[in-house]
Amino acid sequence: MVGPVPLPLSEVLRALRGAADPTAGTIVLELRLPRVGLAALVGAGLAVSGAVFQALLRNPLAEPYVLGISSGAAVGAVVAMVFGMTATSVVALPLAAFGGAVLAMVLVLAMAGAHGRGFDTRVLLLSGVVIGAFFNALILLVINFADVETFRAAMLWIMGSFAGASGEGVLSLGLYVLPAVALLFALARPLNLLSVGEQSAFHLGVEVTRLKLVLYVVTSLVVGVCVAGSGAIGFVGLVVPHALRLVGGSDHRWLLPGCALAGAGFLVAADTLARVVVAPAELPVGVVTALVGVPVFLWLLVRSEGLG
Amino acid sequence: MSGSFRLRDVHFGYEGAGRPALAEVTLDLDPGELHAVLGPNGSGKSTLLRVMLGELGATRGTVEFDGREIALWRRREIAREVAFVPQSEPLAFPMSVRALVEMGRYPHTGPLGRRTAHDDEAVDDAMRRAGVSELSERPIDTLSGGERQRARIARALAQEPRTLVLDEPTASLDLHFEMETFELMRSLARDAGFTVVVATHNLNLAARFSSHVVLLSGGRVEAVGTPEEVFTHDGIERVFRWPVAVVPHPGPGPDAGAPQVLPLSGGSESAEAS
Repeated sequence: MVGPVPLPLSEVLRALRGAADPTAGTIVLELRLPRVGLAALVGAGLAVSGAVFQALLRNPLAEPYVLGISSGAAVGAVVAMVFGMTATSVVALPLAAFGGAVLAMVLVLAMAGAHGRGFDTRVLLLSGVVIGAFFNALILLVINFADVETFRAAMLWIMGSFAGASGEGVLSLGLYVLPAVALLFALARPLNLLSVGEQSAFHLGVEVTRLKLVLYVVTSLVVGVCVAGSGAIGFVGLVVPHALRLVGGSDHRWLLPGCALAGAGFLVAADTLARVVVAPAELPVGVVTALVGVPVFLWLLVRSEGLG
Repeated sequence: MSGSFRLRDVHFGYEGAGRPALAEVTLDLDPGELHAVLGPNGSGKSTLLRVMLGELGATRGTVEFDGREIALWRRREIAREVAFVPQSEPLAFPMSVRALVEMGRYPHTGPLGRRTAHDDEAVDDAMRRAGVSELSERPIDTLSGGERQRARIARALAQEPRTLVLDEPTASLDLHFEMETFELMRSLARDAGFTVVVATHNLNLAARFSSHVVLLSGGRVEAVGTPEEVFTHDGIERVFRWPVAVVPHPGPGPDAGAPQVLPLSGGSESAEAS
């Protein structure tokens, strides 16, 4: 509940109870509270999706943004907007973003899998980067035809921003993200088994094909609706699961709930930073997460190459 | 019979491969025996195991486990009956040996994953039998190849199966643990009535420890029977394309007299000439 307009904590608490003066009340209830809610939901969704991708692909570098899946979702969302769907639409926009995410995922996996059995880290990452670049070009192509103000707003959204947060937006996002994340929590045990290989998981009693399908669909949905809500925010799904694995190991029964909490906290903090550093202007929150995430990514890359 | 595999005229071909990986395979693998699957590289040993276990679907013919088509088994159900030890497996994230072995309890635990005292007992017992009790808290990425293999054997035993299938379990083990592993497999089959199926390159240990041998060549069953029936001089030379002598194990010990294969020097020319 921190922002460019200084409000003492007592005033914030009073606003939450509805007892503050009208200006403070508006700032807290209609601007900051939805914004914190949006950041927390998106952070939880992206961090949990990242952890699931990493187990699915058995690769600590897998992440929706790095794999180009966020860009696919963004294309879906932009196309939906161009065809006149509003940014607050509860069904059409998230579904379009979901469709884009699924398309990107299918393309990346097909490209990375074309080399034979299993995914080589380098081919996988390269596929993600190339697919992501292609989708980003598509977005630029589409918004290039928009007027200057829309262009600016679209750019801000593409880099990830919670500036458009509204109470209804948070509710509709929560409607998707909370049940999806709860379902992923429930699949933590078979997910643990998947991380020692699909063959071993199969022989330990996991219906591997069905599990993978459910996980891919649910994580695409989460990434899609998160991107529809706040743009493509990168590296949350990389930094948060990795940090938590260092602290408490890779058992998904605790890792996934941990990612939900820490991811929410991480994005709320990153967004707060984005709002106050250059106040009264603000940075896209994606810039903050990238500044933190890229060094972590590089460190992981160097380390995984070192292991061979 | 509980724990038996029945294969009838099984064929399997990988996509894009010229000749089938398995052809006309008809086998009965019964409980209480250690079955060794032998053959040169590329003869179809791993493929046979994967088709037998339902991982790959036969393109022709039928595979049954306990009288039921393999594809009709639910995974959790069959994982309580049959455990598999793979040649190797990816290791994306660090975990302790105990956590790896506890995975073997997955088919026995309900959807809530509540662990019972019996689960802990089964895990302790499996780790003791595979000789990894003292490694319990070690992260698996710090283990040697042989220790990792024994941890995977422990995980398979934690499934409390009646049938154990192993693909090259001793490839990275030293003499001591290789012998221990074969002793364990034999005692599971002979004393505990398990069906044990092992694909291996170690002809001599297979000949000493197994009671039933399947010799594959080019995806077909070249010979099947007791070690004495399968380990013939001509058969081994033909399948492995190398001159050999087949001699009885000199003893002492219970394996005295088992056929042992000594590769001779000379190379492929003399094998073809003979």
